[in-house]
Amino acid sequence: MDARRRPRRQGAPLTQGGSAPPVLEARGVAKTFRTGTAALAGIDATVRAGEFVTLLGPSGCGKTTLLNLFAGLAAPSSGALRWWGEPAPPDDPARRFGYVFQAPTLMPWTTIASNVRLPLDLAHVPRPRADAAVAEALALVGLTGVDRHLPRELSGGMQMRASIARALVTAPSLLLMDEPFGALDEFTRERLDAELSELWRARGLTVVFVTHSIAEAVFLSTRILVMGARPGRLLADIPVAAPFPRDDDWRTSVAFAQLARRVASRVREAGAEAHG
Amino acid sequence: MAEPGRGWRLAAPVLVLLAAILAWQALVTWRELPVWLVPSPAVVARTLVADRVLLLDSLGVTLGIALAALALAVVLGVATALLFVQSRWLEMSLFPYAVLLQVTPIVAIAPLVIIWVRDTRLALVLCATVVAIFPVIANTTLGLRSVDPGLLDLFRLSRASRWQQLWRLRAPSALPWFFGGLRIASGLALIGAVVAEFVAGTGGAGAGLAYQILLAGIQLNVPRLFAALVLITLAGVAMFAAVAWVSRIALRRWHESELERA
Repeated sequence: MDARRRPRRQGAPLTQGGSAPPVLEARGVAKTFRTGTAALAGIDATVRAGEFVTLLGPSGCGKTTLLNLFAGLAAPSSGALRWWGEPAPPDDPARRFGYVFQAPTLMPWTTIASNVRLPLDLAHVPRPRADAAVAEALALVGLTGVDRHLPRELSGGMQMRASIARALVTAPSLLLMDEPFGALDEFTRERLDAELSELWRARGLTVVFVTHSIAEAVFLSTRILVMGARPGRLLADIPVAAPFPRDDDWRTSVAFAQLARRVASRVREAGAEAHG
Repeated sequence: MAEPGRGWRLAAPVLVLLAAILAWQALVTWRELPVWLVPSPAVVARTLVADRVLLLDSLGVTLGIALAALALAVVLGVATALLFVQSRWLEMSLFPYAVLLQVTPIVAIAPLVIIWVRDTRLALVLCATVVAIFPVIANTTLGLRSVDPGLLDLFRLSRASRWQQLWRLRAPSALPWFFGGLRIASGLALIGAVVAEFVAGTGGAGAGLAYQILLAGIQLNVPRLFAALVLITLAGVAMFAAVAWVSRIALRRWHESELERA
């Protein structure tokens, strides 16, 4: 993703903890499915503007459920959620946040350009303006010359890029990402992680990112929320105070390895406390 | 085992056909079967040529009824499926009656339809439609519901209207299913047309192939009976091939069922 072509935000801080306004808030949020499964219990969390927050945990711990609550795709059984301080998701959520699914989730019958343009088409954005936005979003994720290809003609990594372009095409300030690179090979995933990190910094985005990979969480995040299962709850809130930009040099550095090990042991401790 | 080459797709069934015709001819010649019992392929072919005006006229009538019925089944079937996906209540209340339509033998209701509808041609089309419509309804409904849940979430997140969801997401997703139903319906429409003609027994200027078969049977004109049978079969195969071709054109760029192998 060629984030460099955009002006970098002035002195992007490493972590915008305390002072930035909250974008997402969860207070005592619980979710019980109709089957009786307690997916989430007593979640208290705040995501502030400019943060890159990762929800980290094993499968079945409710990471995706929490993300879907933030997206407004489901309602909590109890507790309260706030979006930009409001008690309801913004009227036009496509404008305020982009959502990236585990799979590329592209329409197989139509071209990449038309897939990326979908949120704008659905909002009746005039065609010339929509096409310009599509071209910009595709350039941003490093996909050029494939506008007229069908999704199946692209590799898994390229399909995921198209999926991210679609999430960015409405120029949202918040990105919700549900294990977007989980199905990709390690090389592709590492490259997309690095590009996503650049994109986040360059565009001044707020990102909530779901993963079960500790290394990926450490590489990307300003803050990691560790989750445990049955019922899904927050076990630890770990700030990652490593400098940016984070690239392949950082990924292979001793500092990264030490940090990842520290986070891993905190995750284990939290798990042990929770079950002890 | 190696995949058979492209040419064999057509050549293999044609070879089987040729072998069957040769065996048939040999059997008739060897056992000296009388022509009123089993005519040889050569006799059937001669009859086809000799009676071509009569038979082709009848073929036109039957084919016209079958095609009209297929068109009507598609229009009514798709409309019903669209209604069904708009509301589970509608589907729950009405689907059993669609099944009823499917399980009731057409020969049992055809006499009623023919009595009620004055125009015989229209009555025949209606009967054939009743036979052909069920796979269109069932498959299209299933297809309109078989949507990638992720894409459905995406449409919800983008606050898509019901209409946008239907035309931009559900309709394209349903296309492969619809064509599956259409293939079955194309055969059923022809069967329905022939059966309805049998029941109606309309002769004269508007006589279809079924009537020719009926008449030839009574007159023990077995070669003509066979000739009419051959035409019906060919018509059925042609209708199926046409639908398969349209389906291929519509889906070959993206759907797994029609993708061209590299």
